[in-house]
Amino acid sequence: MTAVAATGSAAFLGRYEGLRTRLPGARVAWVEALRERAAEAFRQSGFPTRRVEAWKYTDLAGVAGAVFGEPLTSVEDRLEIPAAMHPRAVFVDGRFRPDLSTLAGLGFTAESLADALPRLEGWLGSLARPASEPMAALNGMLFEDGLVVHVPAGVAGGVLELLSIATESERAPAYHPRHLVRLGAGASLTIVESATGPSGARYLHNPVFEIEVAEGARLNHGRLQLEGHEGVFLSTVYARVGAGAAYDNFTLNAGARLARNEIHVALTGLKAEAHMNGVQLVGDGQHADTTTSLDHAAPDCASRQTYKTVLAGRSRGVFQGKIHVHQVAQKTDGYQMNQALLLSPEAEIDSKPQLEIYADDVKCSHGATVGELDADHLFFLRARGIPEAQAKAILVEAFLTEAVEAVADETIRTALTRGVAGWWGRQGVAGGLEEA
Amino acid sequence: MPAVTETLETVQSVTDSGYKWGFETDIEMEFAPKGLNEDIVRFISRKKNEPAWLLEWRLKAFAIWQKMEEPRWAAVSFPPIDYQDSHYYAAPVQKAKPKSLDEVDPELLKTYAKLGIPLKEQAILAGVEGAGETPAEGRMPVAVDAVFDSVSVATSYKERLAKEGIIFCSISEAVQEHPELVRQYLGSVVPQGDNFYAALNSAVFTDGSFVYIPKGVRCPMELSTYFRINAKSTGQFERTLIIADEKSYVSYLEGCTAPMRDENQLHAAVVELVALDDATIKYSTVQNWYPGDSEGRGGIYNFVTKRGACRGARSKISWTQVETGSAITWKYPSCILQGDDSVGEFYSVAITNNRQQADTGTKMFHIGRNTRSTIVSKGISAGKGQNTYRGLVKISPKAHGARNFTQCDSLLIGDQCGAHTVPYIENRCMTAKVEHEATTSRIAEDQLFYCRQRGLNEEEAVGMIVNGFAREVLKELPMEFAVEAQKLLQISLEGSVG
Repeated sequence: MTAVAATGSAAFLGRYEGLRTRLPGARVAWVEALRERAAEAFRQSGFPTRRVEAWKYTDLAGVAGAVFGEPLTSVEDRLEIPAAMHPRAVFVDGRFRPDLSTLAGLGFTAESLADALPRLEGWLGSLARPASEPMAALNGMLFEDGLVVHVPAGVAGGVLELLSIATESERAPAYHPRHLVRLGAGASLTIVESATGPSGARYLHNPVFEIEVAEGARLNHGRLQLEGHEGVFLSTVYARVGAGAAYDNFTLNAGARLARNEIHVALTGLKAEAHMNGVQLVGDGQHADTTTSLDHAAPDCASRQTYKTVLAGRSRGVFQGKIHVHQVAQKTDGYQMNQALLLSPEAEIDSKPQLEIYADDVKCSHGATVGELDADHLFFLRARGIPEAQAKAILVEAFLTEAVEAVADETIRTALTRGVAGWWGRQGVAGGLEEA
Repeated sequence: MPAVTETLETVQSVTDSGYKWGFETDIEMEFAPKGLNEDIVRFISRKKNEPAWLLEWRLKAFAIWQKMEEPRWAAVSFPPIDYQDSHYYAAPVQKAKPKSLDEVDPELLKTYAKLGIPLKEQAILAGVEGAGETPAEGRMPVAVDAVFDSVSVATSYKERLAKEGIIFCSISEAVQEHPELVRQYLGSVVPQGDNFYAALNSAVFTDGSFVYIPKGVRCPMELSTYFRINAKSTGQFERTLIIADEKSYVSYLEGCTAPMRDENQLHAAVVELVALDDATIKYSTVQNWYPGDSEGRGGIYNFVTKRGACRGARSKISWTQVETGSAITWKYPSCILQGDDSVGEFYSVAITNNRQQADTGTKMFHIGRNTRSTIVSKGISAGKGQNTYRGLVKISPKAHGARNFTQCDSLLIGDQCGAHTVPYIENRCMTAKVEHEATTSRIAEDQLFYCRQRGLNEEEAVGMIVNGFAREVLKELPMEFAVEAQKLLQISLEGSVG
């Protein structure tokens, strides 16, 4: 590697080489081996280019060409953190902050990954696939912290907040938290995750989740991605859902200059269920990507996906969703819908729904629509004296309703409605609507 | 079309089961030596007495091809192809033009008889002078261009078409007779370097059909090409070019068969369509190349590039395909909708049985304003077949008011097969509207039960249900074609149930 470079994959690989003896778990053999496997995968792939099919519509050249630093170890505490409604784990620049978190008195375990690391053998890395997902490889090579949640069998865990905050920094930090969530048989939990950052700060947030939902358990996972305008958010979720269990993921993808929300769910037991819904709100200068892959690997499973994208200003939205039905997965019921609404002549939407089916007794369908606001609907509202901007707001809200209503959990739905309202307010101020 | 016209009854008796068109004609042939290099390209060009510009064009394509790699993105798998192990030119030896049916090589005659082409037309196909300028009784006339391995052996109804100013001949003949048209349009839709197989075709294409419909002319009959691969170790590389001038209309049919063999043979065709203002081209294909046996031995690799350009305002190109044959199908008939208000259509039925693999679909490029496209794809997988729909709808920023509707349905018969759907939608225009839907299911037990109850056996019942499933596409075919295609679907699925 050259002495000047310090960008792209070379910089990250260089950092790994420099830090490998000091990273958490450095002298633990299995952790070292895991990191090395991830590093090897990242050496092979680097940041994927658009020639890689999975990254056809999302260009990481800007990320690969940027210089990122390490997060500071101690951060000034003038963070404005909203009051906690529920037990909460707080991460600042990717590091767990016990001082800001409230995790006492839970009926289950929630702790820092850096602390728990020696006990995570066979769990950490059991689902992530660094060889096929380059960003998971980058994470596997350099993760330092994260949240480890274990809800024992039969325990109703209630609601847990996971807050990730980026701070103002000259260093443009890059951090790669690894979060592990495990629900025992019949357990339940709702996680409300939000990621935020100051609007002018440059940073890379690259989290990876490994989630296991055992038989009969239920996990509601609400994610609000409200990163700062110059932030880059590249997230990969892996979930394995057992017999009779359910994983419900809702993602609001609204912040960051470049955001990719990648979700890989495997239904591995009889009658497992996955609900994946999301809203992407993409404003001027933003690029938002939702990529899902759903493996039906057991019989009698059901999956439902509804994704909605609204685009304003000069922006680009991407949806890629694959349903893979294995030969054993007879009686599969799979449904996916993705819809996009273009509010601006400078917006672009790319959509690639995909079915890959190897079993015959299945019912699978997907649908996709792309269009602008219906002129008749708009006229109807205007004819009733509603100003244009407000009429548009009503129609956009109506467009999003289907995806939002599909969210079973009240807490998540409320948080989501607030997130949508916030984005909408910003578009109004920015004049995005008037342009449309 | 003649390739399948009246075939099923006549031809079904030829072989007992399986592929009914699998016979080989033993006929005196002339071959180019095996292998592919510049000399072979020159050899083909010389054989066809081509002008220098066309040889240059071929050599350029060959140079591009040598730098290209085989595409590997399709969901198909096959062992590497040795491009040096094929004859790139094979033609039946033509003696002096026969004066009556008695003088025609009896083997060639037998081939047409087995394929079920009526006698009247046979006379024309074998090149008998003066025969068959009147249509056979009770049938719509269909003008035919028959391509036997590398060369066009006959074209019928030429004189009648000429009265309307229509040019319908082999592309080799067009190069000699109408070089200005060929030069203007050849490669204008599918350039030499478009893709690996198109580049190969551009270098070594041996024959194909050429059609020009003049301004304001509605072609009075269906035009048809019938392709047959006969010789061993040959590839077929035909090139078809159809130009519909302003306010003209043409309906064109294409059919194909090949003998049963253990080896895989390559068919890499290129079809280019150009529609000018207010012109309409309807292009229908029944693809029935030899699919290989039930173990996947042999069969045609059908790697074809088909593309139409709606250059003129209000022009329309409609593709209809029934894909039942070939070991592997790699084919994406596309429309470039340049003219304002132009229309593109794609209707497809693809069947894969045994170990057949099909990766097929379409691309619709919306460039002009108010351009519209419709895609209806029906995939049927049986046995160990793998069937993929792969398509692209791309709307450019200036295609205001563009509209697309896509429907892809897959039917699975048996638990060893696969059905896949990979649509790409890329929209950069706010006022465009795109809708896509896809479903996958199997034949419902109650549907089968209902048919069985009325005395149909299981195969008949499946055939009937499959035809219902494919009806939306089959109704787009010219009538004569549609009836045959229906039977073909049924035959293709033989042995997949019970």
